[in-house]
Amino acid sequence: MNFNRLLKTIFLVEFIFGLYVAVRELFRKSKTINYPFEKGRISPRMRGEHALRRYPNGEERCIACKLCEAVCPAQAITIESSERSDGSRKTTRYDIDMLKCIYCGLCQESCPVDAIVQGPNFEFATETREELYYNKEKLLDNGDRWESVIAKNIKLDKPYR
Amino acid sequence: MIEYLQILGQEVYKIAFLLIPILVSVAMIVWLDRRVWGLVQKRRGPNVVGPFGLFQTLADALKYIFKEIIIPASANKVVFILAPIVTMTLALVAWAVIPMSENLVLADINVGVLYLFAVSSLGVYGIIMGGWASNSKYPFLGAIRSAAQMVSYEVSIGIIIINVLLCVGSLNLNDIVLAQKELWYVIPLFPMFVIFFISALAETNRPPFDLPEAEAELVAGYQTEYSGMMYAMFWLGEYANILLMCAMGSILFLGGWLPIMNIYPLNIIPAPLWMILKILFLFLLFALIKAIVPRYRYDQLMRLGWKIFLPFSLIYLVMTASFLFYFDKLPKVNI
Repeated sequence: MNFNRLLKTIFLVEFIFGLYVAVRELFRKSKTINYPFEKGRISPRMRGEHALRRYPNGEERCIACKLCEAVCPAQAITIESSERSDGSRKTTRYDIDMLKCIYCGLCQESCPVDAIVQGPNFEFATETREELYYNKEKLLDNGDRWESVIAKNIKLDKPYR
Repeated sequence: MIEYLQILGQEVYKIAFLLIPILVSVAMIVWLDRRVWGLVQKRRGPNVVGPFGLFQTLADALKYIFKEIIIPASANKVVFILAPIVTMTLALVAWAVIPMSENLVLADINVGVLYLFAVSSLGVYGIIMGGWASNSKYPFLGAIRSAAQMVSYEVSIGIIIINVLLCVGSLNLNDIVLAQKELWYVIPLFPMFVIFFISALAETNRPPFDLPEAEAELVAGYQTEYSGMMYAMFWLGEYANILLMCAMGSILFLGGWLPIMNIYPLNIIPAPLWMILKILFLFLLFALIKAIVPRYRYDQLMRLGWKIFLPFSLIYLVMTASFLFYFDKLPKVNI
């Protein structure tokens, strides 16, 4: 141990400098946020909870092409479809198992009519597993609730797609 | 008989008057600790329950009360239950001699320092009992470590206390405070104060000497098998001990309840408030140090205690004694 270092050890130089840094940081602004009360910025590309969108006239966008079902790597999506009375093809069943889903965003990428999207909501924890087996009703409801945000996000992200 | 009961009632009243503020301040100090720790690390720390999160500890305590107490099947039940009780009782009992002002002290005994030292040394029994009675390897290792650690550092604390006693000439804590009227002992005995502070860290198992509960190695040390209220009692005892060490440091070195200078705006502040301020100052240092230091290795800890602190405080003791003797400043004791 050389003399300089010995002096430093005896007079606790590093330690006092550490204390100084600690006191300095004590009065600086925290880097964290008060999570449930304030939330961080979320990118328009956020892949959160799924939603099925509608056209402005209230018609479902989904045409039951089943591309999302085919592309889904976790096989979390189940779709059944039939012809409606007006001749258009619509889904009769659209289930997503949110527990199987890996939130990769491929369903959203594959959708030709922007029907299935992943919204910015990530706070959908539930108390039972059953609540996370989403059906068509729940997904459409999500779409209605988040439509304004989703539409804005799609518009913002358009130039990069 | 009635007289006896009256005296008993008075004493119980006095004890309650001492204990309740201590328990409340322990709760506040836990909050302060976590908060300072968080702020230094640029987090926010507990800030939800009550104003600034002040009631966080009370909420935690409530949670602990309602949790189930699990006693391991292979544990020695009597000792297992006794251990947290011993820890907490010893941590609180020591407060009896701490003077908050000249008259505000529960037991103004002549051997206050000795009593304080004895009770804080006994504190290690709670930990050993807890670790041994759990009958599991991590608590046992934690208890062994903490026993060795506390015994080693008590030696140097003892010699530091002798340093102060040499200057005072009395074991009474109030006399120690009054002897610092002219000059706080932190100035002439500054190296001793530093060593006392570091030993106090080791004595209370605080970082960087928190080896008994080194979570990376020993899960939670001697507390591993404890749950619910028994865990909370260990925790309470630990923080009461930390406060006690801060109080001891402020009495021995920072002039206890004396104001900084005996001049007008300062000496109007009541004595207990000065004491509290000094304890808080020392505790703030404890909390800051928790945030900035990494944990010591066990052999480093032992080397520091036995090979550096002990010889250094012994040499300083000889120096203090020779200085006092040479300049004829040894305290005159009338027996």
